[in-house]
Amino acid sequence: MHPAYSVIFFTSASGAGYALLALLGLFGALGVLPADPVLGVVGFGIGFAAVTAGLISSTFHLGHPERAWRAFSQWRSSWLSREGVLSLATFVPSGLLAICWVFFAQVPAVLAILTVLFALATISATAMIYAGLKPVQRWANAYVLPNYLLLGFASGATALALIAAIVLPYHLGTIALDWAAIIGLGFSALGKLAYWRFIDRSRSVATPESATGLGSIGKVRLFAAPHTEENYLLKEMGYKVARKHALKLRLVALGVGFTLPMLLILLATALGGWAAAVLLALAMLGNAIGTLTERWLFFAEARHTVTLYYGSEAA
Amino acid sequence: MTSLPAATPKKLGLVIDLDVCVGCHACAVNCKEWNSGGHAAPLSDFDAYGAKPDGVWFNRIHTFEAGEGSAGRTVHFPKSCMHCETPACVTVCPTGASFKRAADGIVLVDEEKCIGCKLCSWACPYGAREFDQAEGVMKKCTLCIDRIYNETLDERDRVPACVAACPVGARHFGDLGDAESPVSQLVAEREGYGLMPELGYAPVNKYLPPRPSQARAGCTGAQPLPDEDVAPSSGFLRWVDRLLSR
Repeated sequence: MHPAYSVIFFTSASGAGYALLALLGLFGALGVLPADPVLGVVGFGIGFAAVTAGLISSTFHLGHPERAWRAFSQWRSSWLSREGVLSLATFVPSGLLAICWVFFAQVPAVLAILTVLFALATISATAMIYAGLKPVQRWANAYVLPNYLLLGFASGATALALIAAIVLPYHLGTIALDWAAIIGLGFSALGKLAYWRFIDRSRSVATPESATGLGSIGKVRLFAAPHTEENYLLKEMGYKVARKHALKLRLVALGVGFTLPMLLILLATALGGWAAAVLLALAMLGNAIGTLTERWLFFAEARHTVTLYYGSEAA
Repeated sequence: MTSLPAATPKKLGLVIDLDVCVGCHACAVNCKEWNSGGHAAPLSDFDAYGAKPDGVWFNRIHTFEAGEGSAGRTVHFPKSCMHCETPACVTVCPTGASFKRAADGIVLVDEEKCIGCKLCSWACPYGAREFDQAEGVMKKCTLCIDRIYNETLDERDRVPACVAACPVGARHFGDLGDAESPVSQLVAEREGYGLMPELGYAPVNKYLPPRPSQARAGCTGAQPLPDEDVAPSSGFLRWVDRLLSR
């Protein structure tokens, strides 16, 4: 599948942003983080900036961005529409929570819980857009939803740990955030390994034989394509560029995106202070590079059943 | 509205006879020609006369080989929208631009509402939807709604352009929801099938499989001449043959 840069940025940034909002709500409500106004301004500010940038970038690949408002209408059937509705709805409890946090130094439990629920629902809706596409077996499986949640959690927790280390360098709660980030990164790595193991060992139920119905005659292969040049279907669904680098890119995602940040954060917990902030900043950078790489691979490695009509032996 | 109608009284669609299709691409050309001026017009082209021509087509003709050796077949395989009973291309649409008509089951795009997110083309396993780069909207086979209900055309011309063009009668149009219709009879008789049934889209269009190749007919004329010399069976020549064979 063709990896549109705007969609890769959107799913990575909004995943991190919504997870950051959810974690602020969670740790605020649990009392791990104090309702410190500076933490509130920076934390919610970065969270809102990430999700807003993501949402705006998601309209860049549209043929008619000016009609994007119509996408809020079909939430009864469409995960893309549900994602749109939930992404905006999350602003209500999280916005109110931010106001209470910054101006009244309070974390009302109801708003915190609603922020967590809406943020998780938004990330889940993003995942379900892909997990619901039956023609792409590498997306329509049980690994995709937990992976989106875990990767969002890891990025959001790393960002929050960095913010807390800068704003509240000697607060005990930052250690809890460090460990949340380490656990999130660890489970993200495991989730990705499980996903890659799954896609390497399984194939779509659809085959060239079932796609043409000619299997009763024998093995089916393409003799002549419909056109001499590439068409829309091949450009969009038959994307093959740099698949040969998949293994190296997986190692980049795993090493730079998850393992290295885990080690850096572990070191940060031992050092504390400004050294910790620097290490956490490096961890966040690594995680961002790894997440974008992983998201690019998620598209580039996905195969669509339409390629069965163009000579692919499996989808 | 992207929720699907519970059931449609009619299931209009195509039946394509793979035994008859000669792969001439006339259906695809006439489709392009009609629809360049029809409901979904224009079907934009890029670099049409250059080295890498590209453009929107609703119907594309593939050619496959199946089987090996003398049991193998070359099969020409036209493919367009299947007008599925459960089309995920419709339900994934966030705007309501994609819809399945309750009256006849035809799957259409309202181009005024389409935001061009392309998700419907990802949701179609058959590759029936094509994005029009020039217009920024998704387009697809309309089953020629502007022909089949067009009262300004002669009644015999009220069929999709691809069906009208086929020189060998490999394409049939009709109501596949009516078991008594000629197309349904044809499907029943020839064991017609839908593509990729395992994905559960319940395609309305059906394909009629190539008929089994006929067994080689035996020789019906003069017996062939024997390849080897035949020894004379009696008389003088038999004596000469035996003499020379020593």
